[in-house]
Amino acid sequence: MHYGIGHATRRIALFLAVTLGAGAALAQTSPDMGKLTATGGVIQVEGAGGGGLVPWALISGYGSRDSWGANAHYTRVTTQDYSLDTYGVAVGFADRVEVSLATQDFRGSLAPLNDLRIKQDIVGVKVKLVGDAVYDQDMLLPQIAVGAMAKRNKGIGGLGVLGVSKVTQLGARDENGVDYYVAATKILLDQSLLLNGTVRLTKANQMGLLGFGGDKGDSYQAKLEVSAAYLINRKLVAGVEYRMKPRNLGADNEKAYYDAFIAWFPTKHVSVTAAYAVLGDITIFNPVRQRGAYLSVQTGF
Amino acid sequence: MKLKSLSAIAALLAFASLSHAADDSIYVGLGGQQGIKSIVATLIPLIQADARIKESFADSDMKHVGMRLEEQFCTLSGGPCEYKGEPMAETHGGLKVTNAQFNALTEDLQAAMERNKVPSRIQNKLIAKLAPMQRTIVTR
Repeated sequence: MHYGIGHATRRIALFLAVTLGAGAALAQTSPDMGKLTATGGVIQVEGAGGGGLVPWALISGYGSRDSWGANAHYTRVTTQDYSLDTYGVAVGFADRVEVSLATQDFRGSLAPLNDLRIKQDIVGVKVKLVGDAVYDQDMLLPQIAVGAMAKRNKGIGGLGVLGVSKVTQLGARDENGVDYYVAATKILLDQSLLLNGTVRLTKANQMGLLGFGGDKGDSYQAKLEVSAAYLINRKLVAGVEYRMKPRNLGADNEKAYYDAFIAWFPTKHVSVTAAYAVLGDITIFNPVRQRGAYLSVQTGF
Repeated sequence: MKLKSLSAIAALLAFASLSHAADDSIYVGLGGQQGIKSIVATLIPLIQADARIKESFADSDMKHVGMRLEEQFCTLSGGPCEYKGEPMAETHGGLKVTNAQFNALTEDLQAAMERNKVPSRIQNKLIAKLAPMQRTIVTR
């Protein structure tokens, strides 16, 4: 299984090399900012183009099919007892391929977990396969993309007194994992609606912050993630999301995530997303439903 | 007299159901013929000032372009008009229109509708009718 993940990571690395090679050629053309406002979505909490929690089929950035675009983002979710900071970049090539890099930084604030700190790096790739969410208004076919997120958990800090420094000590089978997903996004302009459905194959516990696989299960499970949003005007989108998750750890009664968000696009260079997010219980040691504010700022072209 | 008013009502009802069948709700939302005229009057100078696309229209008779746009918006929105221009593929065939240029004109149209106080959901309904033309118009 270690071999499997290493193999997948190598394949993603090879794909990245090819993409970046093609991207370098494309990058000689200047960014055209050619897509319509908001049609690259925002960047979700694992670094991919999407909503707040769910990766969508849209390609991040404003580069049209003849160009490229990129975004940097900073996102903070604060619940009663934890906070999660995510920052990174996403680059979209030819409105076809997206490559993203993100770091997640998870902290505890409630004793005895007030020094808890878990970091995770995520490399993502996404390829649009068929359909166009914007232009195909005369057909039902959504924009469909496939993607992968290779995640590397960098260990646990702040639990030294308990002798815990790795997620494997909490029951996870692995510190590294790869999520695979297929996303379908449809913008129904006639109804001013955006609908998204994503199916993710995953072993990740709390997105990977608590590792991959565990004492209760160590096989890939298909989990559904959905989003629905109303296009209030071309600079304002409001919606809801729901994301199911596996439950691999005996020590973590993991729950689905959900949120209600509003995203504002004052210009094509900036977006701000505010949400109320419910993340459920995080570990059996703190059986309190975690919920709170989500704020994401993004800048790019 | 009674019979006359009855048949007038019947005629009105028939007309109403006919126009309902054609669904002119977008046309009405745009403000009818007058609204569309006003939107296009706002749109033309936006196009002429838009660095992304103004050169594509440099040799065009903008009065003619305006009339064709009015007809097209009227027809697409379910209004009582007929598009008298040439098919989109022929008018744009040699122009090598890029995707970014297509979207630039879309953005100018959105701005023109906004300035004419067209509600966003009506704007989106018209854009929904125009969007599939991307496949015909964008040839580069």
